Formats: sequence, structure tokens, C-alpha cells
Amino acid sequence: MDNPLTHAGNFFEEGSIESTKMLGRSFGNRVLTILCVVLSLFALVPLVSILYLVIKNGAPLLSWSIFTELPPAGGMTGGGFGNAIVGTLAMVGMGLALSAPPAIMAAIYICEYHPGGRLAAAVRFVAKLLTGIPSIVCGVFAFAVVVMATGGFSAFAGGVALAVLMLPTILLTSEQALLGVQNAYREASYGLGATRFQTIFRIVLPDALPAIMTGVMLAVARAAGETAPLVFTALFSQFWVNSIMEPTASLAVLIYNFSSMPFDYQIRMAWTGALVLVFLVTLTNVTAQLVFSRKHQ
Amino acid sequence: MTSEKPTGQSDEPGVGNAAAGQAGRADIITVRDFNFFYGKKQALQDIHLDIPERQVTAFIGPSGCGKTTLLRNFNRMNELIVGVRYTGDITLAGRSIFDPALEVISLRRIVGMVFQKSNPFPKSIYENIVYGLRIAGVRDRARLDEAVERSLRGAALWDEAKDRLHESALGLSGGQMQRLCIARAIANRPKVLLMDEPCSALDPIATMRIEELINELKKEFTIVIVTHNMQQASRCSDFTGFFYLGSLIEFDQTRKIFTNPREKRTEDYITGRFG
Repeated sequence: MDNPLTHAGNFFEEGSIESTKMLGRSFGNRVLTILCVVLSLFALVPLVSILYLVIKNGAPLLSWSIFTELPPAGGMTGGGFGNAIVGTLAMVGMGLALSAPPAIMAAIYICEYHPGGRLAAAVRFVAKLLTGIPSIVCGVFAFAVVVMATGGFSAFAGGVALAVLMLPTILLTSEQALLGVQNAYREASYGLGATRFQTIFRIVLPDALPAIMTGVMLAVARAAGETAPLVFTALFSQFWVNSIMEPTASLAVLIYNFSSMPFDYQIRMAWTGALVLVFLVTLTNVTAQLVFSRKHQ
Repeated sequence: MTSEKPTGQSDEPGVGNAAAGQAGRADIITVRDFNFFYGKKQALQDIHLDIPERQVTAFIGPSGCGKTTLLRNFNRMNELIVGVRYTGDITLAGRSIFDPALEVISLRRIVGMVFQKSNPFPKSIYENIVYGLRIAGVRDRARLDEAVERSLRGAALWDEAKDRLHESALGLSGGQMQRLCIARAIANRPKVLLMDEPCSALDPIATMRIEELINELKKEFTIVIVTHNMQQASRCSDFTGFFYLGSLIEFDQTRKIFTNPREKRTEDYITGRFG
């Protein structure tokens, strides 16, 4: 630690302190690498076992009628849960339609209009708080605001509950997506005489779109599997959807209901419901990624 | 270097505002008593300057001397930054660029800009060039096609790009991208072209091509170029302004600035004694 030259000279001597240290360090390096591999494999265990269980228990009941028929009453067999699939799609779609436009517009305001402003800071703060709110609270909120006001459980109330759940996720991921757009693009656009509106809609948004869509899909995937907000709002129904103002079945609530029934057939149907739900969510994610990553190039 | 006007603007014919008309030199941009602030920090002090039409004017000076700030005022790009203010005036062809009746988007079409780092949009070469026309509402295919060819030829990129107009601009080399940005700027048919260190990220060959291009472009456009490269200023500009600490120290014909500068500080800078 005194003369750097002497120090460097020692480096090459056999059995010097440095070479022993090096051995120890590469040993430590190895151990850590192996530990990382083992632990990451360990992290895969729940993922793989969920998929395994869902497929093993859910696949036997898969048939065409599962998608086209109505659920059987307790103790009965046969039938399907077509109405729950339609209900889930309708309520997630409604949630998306209600949440995505305001969330994306809010993100545009925060990033492109007044990034340093007080309103932007407030919106960002509230969105961050909202992401931490338990989904059951969204359900209770929609119950109080929509169910109580409209006089009954409905798909619309379910859509509102899911929208409240999705809004902060979409807003914050869209904000990150917009922040990720190079400022050089904005400058180039303004430099050519574009207005702020033109710059946002012709340059910034198209560039941020794949990342925004990833956020939207994450929100959709999460909302599709939520049970708590729907139990309080859409409840369940044995029948096909007639109106968005009626109680409506959903896959998540079907799984919840049927899995707690004392009948073997219903429990097996709940597994099949889980399999269909997992498949739908995966399908949405994969499609979105294929479509938007290709478009980006 | 506070409020007195920069020297070297009086005796030489053709240099300086007083002699401008007589020597047949028309000034397209005039800067008068111009001060500029980023928040509380003053970036430009009492700038007084005339930029001649269809000539290349270079701004040189050490980093932070205000040359880029002044350049970005000519098309009011600085307004995109929060908390800036100015005093004084800048006129373009006799009209104040700060005139509330003049829309900033029209100003930026007349005063085009090429940035330090080439910034083509992640679109095709064709779409990059027609962007300025599209946002102005031009839909006519023939006009767009014509603008693409004219601009690419003007930017000496036509031969390299004509067979790949509809491929992504991001596949071009660094020098080609910068020429594409020049093509994109001249597609708007501006009067003035601002260049903010356009070659600082390019290799010597690509730099040479841009400099040749600048020489061609000045037949049609007034060019103001900010550069850190003194050889570049001496090679390709007709007039040079030397900035230091937010003031314009000296403005004169490039030949004079580089052979016989009036100010000691200019001489020290161009001979590499500081900077």
C-alpha cells in the first residue's frame, strides 16, 4: 500500500498474497453463480407447478360445450360456462374502455404538457397511491357508487370496479413509456414547425405505443383474474348476459363459487375455468406482443 | 465585454450594419440589445449582430459561451424550456420574430434547424422528409414525391437513398442520417438553416461531405452554424462570431477573424491558448 511499483512487482511472485486472494475470489464467484442458477430454478417451481396443476385438473372437462353452454346447478353435471367467458370479456372490455383513454390522456398531460406542474405532481402521486389499493376496496367503492345508485348488481358496476383497478397501472406505465421517447424526436418535430398536438400524435405516441400497450395488457391480465371487485359488483348469474345492468357471470367468480361447492363435478369445472382464464390471459399477452413489437420495427 | 457593441463592425466595407446596404450585403437576421436568461442565470448579454443573407455565418467560442443559446433563439426553440426570458429583439427579414402575430410554427418553417446529434424519426426515409409538409397539410402525392427528390438531391443523399426511400431511416450511417436531417429541414423550403454542431458526432469523411454540402446550400439558404471546430469555421464560413461568457466579443469576415483578429481574446482562443 506504500510504493505502487513494489506493490506491482509482488503481484507476479508465486505464492504472493495477491495470487491466493485471486483464487479465493474466483471460488466465491463460482459459488455465487451456482447459487443464482439454483435460486432462479427454484423461482420457476411455483410457476411450473401452477401450470401443471391447472392443465392436469382442468383439461379433462374441456369440450366444446364448456364454451357454449350454461353452468349446471349444484350437484348436476354437464353444461359449461359460456356466459362466464362472455361476462369476463365484457367486463374487462368495459373496464378497459373506461380506464385506458383517461389514463393515457393523463399520462400525456403529465409528460408532454406540464411535466413540472403541480397538477402533474398531484396526478402522479394519486396514481401511485391507487396502485397500492387492494382490489377488494375497488369492489367496495364500485358497490357504493354504482350498485347502490343503480339499485342492483350489474356488469356495468363490475366494469367500473375493474376500471378503477386498471387506471393507475395504465397511467403509470404510459408515463414511463412517454418518458422513454427520445427528446431528440420532439425537438426535431418542433424544429420542423409542428404544433405540440402534432408532435404528440405523430411522433411521440407512435414511438411510445408498444410500451403503452404492454402496460395496458398487464392491466387487462390482472383485471381478468380479479374476483374481489366482481363479487361486490357483478355477482354471478346462471344465465347469458342480457343487459349490462344485470348481474353477470365471470370466470373469476365462477372459479370462486364452484371451488367451494361440495360437489366433485363443480370443483373439476372450477379447474377448467382456471385453465380457460390462464389461456385467455396468455393469449392476450402474446398477441399484443406480436402485433406491437412488429409494428414498431 | 458588458454593454459595448462588439468591435469590427464599422470600417471594413460590407461588414457591419451601417455599411450593409451600401456594399450590397443584405442582412436577413438582426439581433439588437439581446439578453437571454435561463431562470436567474444570464446566458447572453447585449448581443448586437447582423447575419448576412445567403452566407455562412459561424459561431465559435468555448462551451457555455452562449453560441448555441443564441442559435436556438433564432427559431425560438428555447421556448420549450421552462423559465426562460429575454430582453431586446431579433428580427427576421425586418420583422420581429417575437411579434405575437407571428406564429412560432411558421417561424420554424422559415428558420429550419439541424441538431448536434442527428435525429431522424423512426420512420422511413420518405416519411422523414415529408413530415414538415404533412404537418402543414400537404396531401398531394406528386408534391410530396417532388419534395423528397428535391430535398435529397439538395442534401447530396439522393444517389444513396433513392432505392431505399421506404426503408427505415435508422438503417442509414451516421453521416447519411445527418444529411437526411438536412434534407428534412430543407424540404420545408426555409430561408435560414441553423446548424448546431452538425458534425460533432461524425467521422472526418462524413464531416467533409457535410462541409461541401454547406458550401452548396449557401447558394439558396442563409446558414448559421455553431461549431467547436475552428478549422471547420475557417473552412466553410464567410463570417465568424466569437462568443465568450455570453457576449459576442468579435464579429467579422472569417478571413479577418482567423488572420488578423481585432480582440486579444479572439486571438487567444483561435490560437488555442484557452478554450
